[in-house]
Amino acid sequence: MTDWPILSTVTFLPLVGVVLLLLTGQEGANGRRNVLYISLATTVFTFIVSLFIWIGFDNSSASFQMVEKHEWLGTGISYHLGVDGISMLFVILTTFLMPFCVLASWEAIEKRIKEYMISFLLLQVAMTGVFVSLDIVLFYVFFEATLIPMFIIIGVWGGKDRVYASYKLFLYTLLGSVLMMLAIMAMYWNAGTTDIVELLKHGFPAGMQTWLFLACFAAFAVKMPMWPVHTWLPDAHVQAPTAGSVILAGVMLKLGGYGMIRILLQMFPLASDYFAPMVFALSVIAIIYTSLVAMMQDDIKKLIAYSSVAHMGYVTMGIFAANTQGVQGAVFQMLSHGIVSGALFLCVGVVYDRLHTREISAYGGLVNNMPKYAVAMMIFTMANVGLPGTSGFIGEFLTLIGVFRVNTWVALFAATGVILSAAYALWLYRRVIFGALEKENLKQMLDLSTREKILLYPLIALTIFFGFYPAPVFDVTAASIDALVNNYSAALQAAQKLALAVVH
Amino acid sequence: MTAELLLVSLKISTPELILAIGALALLMLGVFSGDRSSPLVTGLTIAVMTVALVWILFIAPEGEAYNGAFLMDGFARFMKATALFGSIVALLMTFAHAKADQIDKPEFPVLVLLATLGMMLLISANDLIALYLGLELMSLSLYVVAAFNRDNVRSTEAGLKYFVLGALSSGMLLYGMSLVYGFTGNTGFEQIAQVLSQETRSLGLVFGLVFVLAGLAFKISAVPFHMWTPDVYEGAPTPVTAFFAAGPKVAAMAILVRIVSDAFIPVVADWRQVVVFIAIASMLLGSFAAIGQKNIKRLMAYSSIGHMGYALVGLAAGSETGVSSIALYMLIYMVMTLGTFACIMSMRRTDGTAVEEVSDLAGLSSTRPFMAVVLTALMFSLAGIPPLAGFFAKYFVFLAAIEAKLYALAVIGVLSSVVGAYYYLRVVKLMWFDQPTGEFARTPGLLKLVFGFSGLFVTAYVLFGGPVGTAASAAAKSFF
Repeated sequence: MTDWPILSTVTFLPLVGVVLLLLTGQEGANGRRNVLYISLATTVFTFIVSLFIWIGFDNSSASFQMVEKHEWLGTGISYHLGVDGISMLFVILTTFLMPFCVLASWEAIEKRIKEYMISFLLLQVAMTGVFVSLDIVLFYVFFEATLIPMFIIIGVWGGKDRVYASYKLFLYTLLGSVLMMLAIMAMYWNAGTTDIVELLKHGFPAGMQTWLFLACFAAFAVKMPMWPVHTWLPDAHVQAPTAGSVILAGVMLKLGGYGMIRILLQMFPLASDYFAPMVFALSVIAIIYTSLVAMMQDDIKKLIAYSSVAHMGYVTMGIFAANTQGVQGAVFQMLSHGIVSGALFLCVGVVYDRLHTREISAYGGLVNNMPKYAVAMMIFTMANVGLPGTSGFIGEFLTLIGVFRVNTWVALFAATGVILSAAYALWLYRRVIFGALEKENLKQMLDLSTREKILLYPLIALTIFFGFYPAPVFDVTAASIDALVNNYSAALQAAQKLALAVVH
Repeated sequence: MTAELLLVSLKISTPELILAIGALALLMLGVFSGDRSSPLVTGLTIAVMTVALVWILFIAPEGEAYNGAFLMDGFARFMKATALFGSIVALLMTFAHAKADQIDKPEFPVLVLLATLGMMLLISANDLIALYLGLELMSLSLYVVAAFNRDNVRSTEAGLKYFVLGALSSGMLLYGMSLVYGFTGNTGFEQIAQVLSQETRSLGLVFGLVFVLAGLAFKISAVPFHMWTPDVYEGAPTPVTAFFAAGPKVAAMAILVRIVSDAFIPVVADWRQVVVFIAIASMLLGSFAAIGQKNIKRLMAYSSIGHMGYALVGLAAGSETGVSSIALYMLIYMVMTLGTFACIMSMRRTDGTAVEEVSDLAGLSSTRPFMAVVLTALMFSLAGIPPLAGFFAKYFVFLAAIEAKLYALAVIGVLSSVVGAYYYLRVVKLMWFDQPTGEFARTPGLLKLVFGFSGLFVTAYVLFGGPVGTAASAAAKSFF
């Protein structure tokens, strides 16, 4: 069993589902049911298989595990897979969220369900691939490949302005990433390899690091997204179908954060140190500004989208604090946000399926006829705010500690974001859930169906579980992040020594 | 030339001899049996080309022939095989609607065969005179082919435009060659290189070099010599356009690579600026001018201008990596273009009229799902989005540019590829996001086969890209 290429299996297993879907018809109720069950079975099975990665994972080792390496394209580009403590949980997050996406689309998607599911499965392949690749060209290939299915998903099954939103998503992210492609080439000519393991050991010259950092930063900042290049996200979220939003917020944003940890921080430590103040500034602006913008939204999804940008601000801040707490917090925050924001979009989907509007003003008083929904929504809202006892708190708190050790002012301003997030989230909750149930069409709305309970309850359990007992996550990440932080400070010290030696 | 030398030369140029004799024999057959023999002649032409292709791939020995005027090396083998393959597929596609396109005459395949022979000679040219002969054989056949549907005003116009501008470019090329000869005293590429490496280059030679580059840039339709491309692409019958977009481009690019990397390598600094300028101008024009196009053949014309710009990025690097990246680029580009044209040729309404507007593709994903999926893959591949083949083509040319430290060129290149992505996305958007406006007629099996394979190539390239890349880099070893 140890030789079994488990990472390739998990990455490409959804393709089996794609082939099966291609062979089935989607006509009539029967065809539709077949398509749905095949997709659900594929994603659930992939998730179960992916758990073997966690089971076989050695927590004490900081190096890459379950490595697979094969010749691929010549000129040093190889098919090299592996996971360490940082990437492993993202793989699980991806496979975990996919069955929820399928379930969320059970009734909401009325046309061309087959193509829809194929797009999602292809998207899953690309996203998992990003987290397991250990060759930077392979990484880039997967990173960019996510755009094609996402473009189709938003464009075909999206809302009213779907064409505009899908173009914006595609061109914005493409513009960011092409510069990273040039950086990858420059890295290849400098280090003579595209292997991430080798590149991590290779110290790039200080002058070069600055340019490489900026080029890669462009790609990850757009994907993350950071202020001021976040404007594609609200549009994409609002127009995307519910499951598209879940995957966008839950996993695709994390590609940016993961790239920052893996490539920017570890390969360009000097440039990361140099640009850290800039990142802090952008993060703090993102946290405060987008929180204020979120308060003024009339559309539930847009509000959650802006809150995502704000929460990603904590992540970037924590990453570039570059100490154990900061990076741990950033990773935890990404995982927790993946679950919580995904769940919030699912909650929006629940009422959207009933009323077909996302206007906040169209709702009110839902607690009267949908008590179970109200409870679920409350837990996720609290987790989004970062209430102690929910998973949202741990990540925010750790990133704030991390950044406090580096710069107290940044921590101070970022902490105001916690208050602002409470303001917009609670206000949203009040307007949607509380108040008198006056609108006629709301009165007929039923509480959560069995399918929706299956969707939301496990996420509630996880949110609270990780809020009280985050240790399973930290056990996995600790070794890798310790090694990362040590290497980072060692690289900085070496550079300082060199500078001193030149001065004397 | 002694008898043994002649024998060796004949052996080296056997594929060309096969094509030449085949063309003569088929012309006779066509003349004597009249228009009905068109399918037979087309089939036999394909057979002749296939024999030549097999010969080139497995039998033809390498070396110089005819006192150094003709050269067969790894690079020539790769490019010849690519160009021949393009001609074969393009000719195969004419079977689908030969009657409706009014190209069902036996002269048509013979002209294509002669043009292909011209390409082969062009790719193997190792001397200015040989270059010119090959180029003219190819061009003269192409002028006639462009105007082949002579009852159609647009086809005639396309042929005339192509001829006038082509004659102008031939004039420039000849003038440049005479200057090069005047200032170096040689016509052979190796001798020119030898002379150039010994003495300081004169201003006259630079003039000659620029004229030669201009003449060749016309053939690959690079900016600022691209004016003919959209009109000829639009006016010529679609199977002819498909043929134009494949082999001739490969051959012209191959000779451009050979002349600068063989004859003019000592003055690399002089031609690099020219190539960098042409590349940037082509990439930008190809991206921006395509945005407003409504006719899909014009769109493909601008797309090809842009793609030639990307290929030239590899040439600007002037290195082994650069040449191998061009070889790879041309191969991948050719497959993508042929697939796209197979789709365009399938755009026929149920009453048999061919339609060419981009908007006619609206809602294709619900009326013809297979064709829509293939065309989507091809469009994303042309835009250079991984994991499709087009991305790897772009990756390797920019890799060569970064190696040569041409950072500005590379940055402009990738940014214009983002602009270019916009119009490819528009095609995808029409097919998937919009409602169908009309039904297409049943796709002929042959066309389905061509675009099916093309789609398979671009999607499965990740699986077999290694050996293809190795072949391309082996081809580039001929120069350095």
